[in-house]
Amino acid sequence: MAGSIAAAPPRKRKRRNGERRLAFWLLLPAILAVFGIILYPLYRTVLISLFEVKSAVAVDPPFIGLGNFQEALSSPGLWSATGRTLYFTLVSTGIELVLGFLVAWLLNKKFRGRWIVQALIILPWALPTIVNAAMWKGIYNAQYGALNGLLSQLGLIDQYQVWLADPFLSLNLVIIADAWKTTPLVAIFLLAGLTAIPSEIYEAARVDRAGPIRSFFSMTLPLLAPSIALVLVLRTVEAIKVFDIIYAMTRGGPANGTQTISYYAYVTAFSEQNYGLGSAIALIVLLIVLVLSTVYLRLMRRSEMSML
Amino acid sequence: MSTHARTKLRSAVLAGIAAGALALTGCSVTGAPAGGGAGDGTGEINALFMKQAGYSEDDYKEIIAAFEKEHSDIKVKPTFVSYEALHDKIVTSAPAGTYDVVLVDVIWPAEFASKGIVADITDRIPDSWKSDMLPAVLATAEYDGKYYGVGNGPATKLFFYNEDMVTKAGASVSDLDTWDGVLEVAKKIKAAGLSQYPIAWSWAQAEALICDYAQLLGAFGGDFTDSDGKLIINDEAGVKALTWMKQTIDDGLTNPASTTFLEDDVSKAMAQGETAFGLNWDSTLRDLQDPSISEISKSAGVLPTPKGPSGKRPGVNGSMAYSIGANSKKQDAAWTFIEYLMQQDVQDKYVTSSLPSWKSSFTDESLIKTNPEVFAASKDAYSETILRPAVPNYSSVSQIIQVELQNALLGKKTPQKALDDAVSQANAQLEK
Repeated sequence: MAGSIAAAPPRKRKRRNGERRLAFWLLLPAILAVFGIILYPLYRTVLISLFEVKSAVAVDPPFIGLGNFQEALSSPGLWSATGRTLYFTLVSTGIELVLGFLVAWLLNKKFRGRWIVQALIILPWALPTIVNAAMWKGIYNAQYGALNGLLSQLGLIDQYQVWLADPFLSLNLVIIADAWKTTPLVAIFLLAGLTAIPSEIYEAARVDRAGPIRSFFSMTLPLLAPSIALVLVLRTVEAIKVFDIIYAMTRGGPANGTQTISYYAYVTAFSEQNYGLGSAIALIVLLIVLVLSTVYLRLMRRSEMSML
Repeated sequence: MSTHARTKLRSAVLAGIAAGALALTGCSVTGAPAGGGAGDGTGEINALFMKQAGYSEDDYKEIIAAFEKEHSDIKVKPTFVSYEALHDKIVTSAPAGTYDVVLVDVIWPAEFASKGIVADITDRIPDSWKSDMLPAVLATAEYDGKYYGVGNGPATKLFFYNEDMVTKAGASVSDLDTWDGVLEVAKKIKAAGLSQYPIAWSWAQAEALICDYAQLLGAFGGDFTDSDGKLIINDEAGVKALTWMKQTIDDGLTNPASTTFLEDDVSKAMAQGETAFGLNWDSTLRDLQDPSISEISKSAGVLPTPKGPSGKRPGVNGSMAYSIGANSKKQDAAWTFIEYLMQQDVQDKYVTSSLPSWKSSFTDESLIKTNPEVFAASKDAYSETILRPAVPNYSSVSQIIQVELQNALLGKKTPQKALDDAVSQANAQLEK
């Protein structure tokens, strides 16, 4: 890099230097913000995870090295929470990807009033999670919920069900609530990918007598791969960290059935005031996310189609 | 500037940021400053209260307005959160000393005191309070012989009923003296088609579940811990109580949605005339008799918690206390406000929201007349109480019990297995 700058004519070099300085100062507020809300808290979390901090106001807690990580990894609560989190991640990302693609594919067709549909489809994503959670809690409500109303009017159930009473069913219902909110995001991402595919290649395929299924698997899917990969990384990371919708809808219940790993970290740190252990669990979540995103990004870089 | 110099500048800026961060952390790992201060007894103080049960937001706003009139140099800024968020809010705001006055539940003083979250106020409590206040209320925030708050009134779960449904089913209120009687009446109400599920409970995965279980545990003659402080709810009485709870679900007498209910949901189910019975805090009668939010305002009634096979009817001690945040910088002003909240005339005025802390209020006929049913029901309920374990790590113990009780109620485990699991996990916690 330095070599190429040295080889450039002096005037050009000066301008480039000026641009770089400007870029640096323009980036400084962002660097400070990133530092303040990401790096500094991260540094504190790492620090606290190495101490036995059992009070929010502890001034001089004992240093225990990796003791908290040891305790976290040997606790059955962590493993069951991890299992639930992986289930949540796989199923919610899966639903969002399939539904998101269908929506994107539909929106890529030309039809009257498409712009209205496009604007409407983004609405769930624009809702704050807390509002979304309250809405779905209302829908699932055992007494006056819309789900019971709908199913009993259709004659599918003869009496009202208590949807959020079963641990495993609750987890799935929270997934639906989450998918409803985030599918639009996936759809918009995939729609952007779809619009970028030139229509000429479909015409060429038609000339070559490739059917719609063949052209989907041989052209649409590979060409859409970078968008899918991108949205997969984003959604997986978000799903592994899931907390707010759980807090607002079920608070980890019933019988811990919706307690994901982030929620487990929260309960450990704040409800049980074991900040050291809670920080260690939070860092384990971070590690899982880091590993997964690195793998994804590597895979994408290897792919020739990568547009990132 | 050369490339080298530029890199140097950049590194210097980044190093500066890092150094700033380290300076910010000070020498403490948690970043918590050490201790609060008395202050000069004036200024703006922040108070943290809860939304459910006891004094309502409007009650507190009225009390604060009256207080500020008397003490023009102190302003009180109240914050209200749900009970379920209160513990974590107190804990997370503790290092910064955000709240000068905090409302704490009877199960937290051991934890908050041993972890230095709230201030020791033993020296502030006047001697007269020790003789004039109900002993159980005074002991609400007592830990290790010291006071970490003042109990703001006795509170327990009482038994609320819809008299209309009881009489329409051909039963009478006197049948509701025992849990067996309650089930008999519930069966009649169900058979008469007056309510699909006559009883609602707050059995969600929350502290509310422990409170309901506590009263049933007591009614079956059990206790949470033995004399050594070990959890013993997997003994006969504990298992019988839980088996009884599960049976009421299986018999269709308990609303199956109870396992998702908090106290507010129970109150609403009763207010809408969906269920006939529910255990709830004493302020519930105020809401059930309010025609603007209740359809059963004419027929809502309250009794002490019914007797169980043991012949006992202990109420769970559910008092709350006013404490001062340990890192509050205005502890004197906070105490002035707490003294006002504890004033007998102030407490007597809001008697329908929360019973007063003072012995003499309970013999004041003119006061009893304002809330006769709750006074009568409470008298019996308070004569025997059941305590939840007063241990520093109560929150984790409670979490364990909540999950295992739910496992049994949802049919995932037998009551015996669930309670065995709860006891072994909880006792391991207690040993920590």
